[in-house]
Amino acid sequence: MTWLALLAAFAAGSAGRTPAKVFTITISEMAFSAAPTSVVAGDAIEWTNRDVVAHTVTAKNGAWDVTVAPGKTVRITMKSAGTFDYFCRFHPNMTSRIVVKRPKWQHGNG
Amino acid sequence: MRRQIIAGVIATGVVTGAAFAQSAKPSDPEIAHIAYTAGALDVEAAKQALAKSRNPLVRSFAEEMLRDHEAVNRQALDLCKTLNVTPADNDTSKSLTKAAADTRAKLATLDGAAFDRAYVANEIAYHKTVNGALATVLIPSSSNAELRKLLQTGLKLFQGHELHAEHTAAQLK
Repeated sequence: MTWLALLAAFAAGSAGRTPAKVFTITISEMAFSAAPTSVVAGDAIEWTNRDVVAHTVTAKNGAWDVTVAPGKTVRITMKSAGTFDYFCRFHPNMTSRIVVKRPKWQHGNG
Repeated sequence: MRRQIIAGVIATGVVTGAAFAQSAKPSDPEIAHIAYTAGALDVEAAKQALAKSRNPLVRSFAEEMLRDHEAVNRQALDLCKTLNVTPADNDTSKSLTKAAADTRAKLATLDGAAFDRAYVANEIAYHKTVNGALATVLIPSSSNAELRKLLQTGLKLFQGHELHAEHTAAQLK
């Protein structure tokens, strides 16, 4: 297969995909702000910590676990669809949930 | 005159005495002093744990207590400056300080796993007591809206510590 054929195959595979989006969640006063509702696999979420103490964003299923220092932002790409309950390991009373949908171009492809 | 007595602090499984005893509604300067003292005493407890414990779970918890309580106390001092409030020493702060000193002395006699378990058990009891005081006395008694907001956020933070301490205790068994 030539590089032109590879390029054509890639272009065909990419048809119909929308660019990945970046959503924002704020951590403030010991709580995560409301989760975005239209996250699709491949999109990213940024958590910004406005508290004076460090927090973590930790998925219960182990998919991700990142520390967010005070005043800092972390970005995590949602690689797969699913429902992700998450919490702060330092303050386990802080909990939330993110639902990640399958991209439209994947529907029907198993 | 309102009289409120809140449960004592349990140190290494032994009740050492009433930690919060208020003969009247505390003033904002007294509330600020009590809240600051409660945080500073937990920083002292964390320093003792970091000096004595080799357990990674316990050390990680103690580091968090040190970090969080120092950060919140800095915020509390900044707010006091802004509000031109001078924290006022009082019987509750003195009682807390005495109980914490007794606890540190008891914990100092323990080592290894016995220390780890006793430290974490005390952290659960201590945060439970402070959280009870915040919810039932300190927050309802506070007059200044900004002080009240800081105390409310502090309560959520300390409730998180209590839960984390319980998780840590379960992992130590």
